[in-house]
Amino acid sequence: MGQHDDRTAGAAPDVDPGPGEDPELAALALKILVAGGFGVGKTTLVGAVSEIRPLRTEEALSEAGELVDDTGGVDQKTTTTVAMDFGRITIRSGLSLYLFGTPGQDRFWFLWDELSQGALGAVVLADTRRLEDCFPAVDYFEHRRIPFVVAVNCFTDARRYGAHDVSRALDLEQGTPVVLCDARDRDSGKEVLIRLVEYAGRVHTARLLDSVEPQADSV
Amino acid sequence: MNGQWYDADAGPLVRPYAVTGGRTKPGPHGVRFDLIALVAVDPEGADAAAESLMGPEHRALLGLCRSETQSVAELAADADLPVGVVRVLLGDLLEGGHVMVSRPVPPAQLPDVRILREVIEGLRAL
Ligand SMILES: Nc1nc2c(ncn2[C@@H]2O[C@H](COP(=O)(O)OP(=O)(O)OP(=O)(O)O)[C@@H](O)[C@H]2O)c(=O)[nH]1
Ligand SMILES: [Mg+2]
Repeated sequence: MGQHDDRTAGAAPDVDPGPGEDPELAALALKILVAGGFGVGKTTLVGAVSEIRPLRTEEALSEAGELVDDTGGVDQKTTTTVAMDFGRITIRSGLSLYLFGTPGQDRFWFLWDELSQGALGAVVLADTRRLEDCFPAVDYFEHRRIPFVVAVNCFTDARRYGAHDVSRALDLEQGTPVVLCDARDRDSGKEVLIRLVEYAGRVHTARLLDSVEPQADSV
Repeated sequence: MNGQWYDADAGPLVRPYAVTGGRTKPGPHGVRFDLIALVAVDPEGADAAAESLMGPEHRALLGLCRSETQSVAELAADADLPVGVVRVLLGDLLEGGHVMVSRPVPPAQLPDVRILREVIEGLRAL
């Protein structure tokens, strides 16, 4: 991260709330990312569990141009359009989950940086017929220590692999859950999200304990 | 279109940012609103006279917030405007005292077990 300095407000928790920022606004919003290779079922998954809507961003190339397109000399107000999937799941009034399907192409990494800021966790969708397509997403979330689960979208014509095989093939860090799913199925999608929230809770709690307890294995 | 949002010095406008007068960054506070920052109408900020001076997109956003507190992402999707544009317009609304914007939960506060349990139960019940 750190390619852009105009980070989101959430990045600096202890600064004074700016004008109009109301700390008493009790509503909670949690963000979950859905990532994975081209055509792996991201849109399908978000649509299965939530009311999906397309979200457009227009990124000024002056911010992202270096990463995006070879457009040297173009007026700095030129923008590029990126579409994302976006869905909301209302848990109760004042508590919602927001799902963001990240654009698959590598050239939109800068958007991932913004999306992953303050995210509860991520779902990396995988297709066993081209497992390598999810390598970049796995790398990305591992490096940024964002809790994620790998959800294997079981396409009908794909050979079935066990969760363990996938975990080994992806060389996942120990503990990273692998879930077999059908992205078209609502219950299956819900199960993926539940596994993620459980896992994210464990990861965050462990980190919290790590930061207060002396390391047991330190001599 | 209300001429107020155009400026002769703005230079060539690219279509998506035309409604912001070519501005691609939010106003003087320099806040870059998170996609899940929540926007609520400021109950003390409602001033019909000031509202009438705003552009239609500003009023549309305000209208959306009036029915329910909305995230930045929802506002963009519902208003069918790009996120970057919505950020600029929200900066105007914040500056004018029309809305309040909450920070998203800082990552350090995420592991509130009670909330996560509520989320899991909520997902099961969907
Ligand atoms: N048989 C089967 N087809 C699926 C499944 N999930 C998705 N599909 C189909 O696969 C195609 C691609 O799914 P999308 O959800 O659009 O994939 P995506 O990851 O959003 O694709 P991009 O946004 O283009 O990267 C669609 O035609 C889906 O209907 C699945 O579990 N089984
Ligand atoms: Mg898609």
